[in-house]
Amino acid sequence: MAAGKEIRTKIKSVENTRKITKAMEMVAASKMRKAQERMRAARPYAEKIAQVVAHMSQAHPEYRHPFVVPRESHRRVGLIVVTTDKGLCGGLNTNALRLTVAKMKEWDAQGIEVDVTVVGNKGLGFMQRLNANLVSHATGLGDTPHMERLIGPVQVMLDAYKEGRIDALYLIYSRFINTMKQEPRLQQLLPLTAEAAVERHAVHWDYLYEPEAKGVVDALMVRYIEAEIYEAVAENMACEQSARMVAMKSASDNAKNVIGELKLVYNKTRQAAITKELSEIVAGAAAV
Amino acid sequence: MAMTLHVDIVSAETSIYSGSAEYVIVPAEMGEVGIYPRHAPMLTRIKPGSVRIKKPFEAEEDLIYVSSGILEVQPHVVTILSDTAIRGADLDEARAMEAKRHAEEAIRNRTSAMEYAEAEAELAMAVAQLRAIEKLRRHRA
Repeated sequence: MAAGKEIRTKIKSVENTRKITKAMEMVAASKMRKAQERMRAARPYAEKIAQVVAHMSQAHPEYRHPFVVPRESHRRVGLIVVTTDKGLCGGLNTNALRLTVAKMKEWDAQGIEVDVTVVGNKGLGFMQRLNANLVSHATGLGDTPHMERLIGPVQVMLDAYKEGRIDALYLIYSRFINTMKQEPRLQQLLPLTAEAAVERHAVHWDYLYEPEAKGVVDALMVRYIEAEIYEAVAENMACEQSARMVAMKSASDNAKNVIGELKLVYNKTRQAAITKELSEIVAGAAAV
Repeated sequence: MAMTLHVDIVSAETSIYSGSAEYVIVPAEMGEVGIYPRHAPMLTRIKPGSVRIKKPFEAEEDLIYVSSGILEVQPHVVTILSDTAIRGADLDEARAMEAKRHAEEAIRNRTSAMEYAEAEAELAMAVAQLRAIEKLRRHRA
């Protein structure tokens, strides 16, 4: 019974695949909870620093930081793309990279050159294949985002902005809406737009800067941008785990269906073989 | 009741403290500063050290260690943005240089990765050919 054996090995292999996807689903589910907590833990800092920056833009400081000054020229832009390190997480990276490519094409049509910083292995591989102008990258971040790993790659972009090599800085990451839904999002980091500074009031006051405005504002601005990027990375990690969980769940369900169908076919052929054998015996007995 | 101010201490990775206080003492860059309610708005960098918080109706001050960061003072709200990483202009510069070097390496490795992929494809083809030859031989024999 050659067909029967073939189907049996097929069932076995699908079962093994299902074991793996099931295990990955459960791992992703437990990691997802932690990643979401981490994402929430990053929020207070980002909110507070955004408030402080908003206060500062309402105030009238004697020193205007280059990050808040809008630029007229728009010849070269910086782009930070946040992706995951590992695959098997559905269309998460594909969606983010599709948005990236669309945006890059648009800039290309306008004659704007793009410098790219990548977070995550998936994006790095993609950008290398695309032959993009890669200036820095952060990969192998693991399950917990660390500010320490992001400072260097981000600093490269901020330096480029300060020196006027790029005229704007954008960020692309996956926004976490809920476990089932993630959305790629493009955000302008630099120069700081008016939306970033919420609730504008024409109040004429200023902070006391200790020791001098420049140093304090510089430190604050760099931290603000880093906080935005850190938050994006934390959010992307939460997206990754939930997307992986959903993808693995559908893979497990699919494997279950395939096993069911294969078992049906297997039993049918077995039944057919038995019936055939029986009828042969009966026919043989009748002939005698 | 005495006037109080609201104190928030947050770092990028977690929220450390949030609550009301009669006064706070913060290790600012220029020296320790004590902040009472209705302080003038102020923005300054802080040094690593301990923040002392006097909560209302408690005799003892609370001690919280913070690394460097930024202190923002509003008349009734004090926000301390604590860093999680050790900072410094030189250190940040070194990190940026390192990141740049990594990127250049990645670009240089691009060719080698491509070569590797090509070699792998060639190897797979060779193996397939060998297998085909073996099958043919067995067929003949």
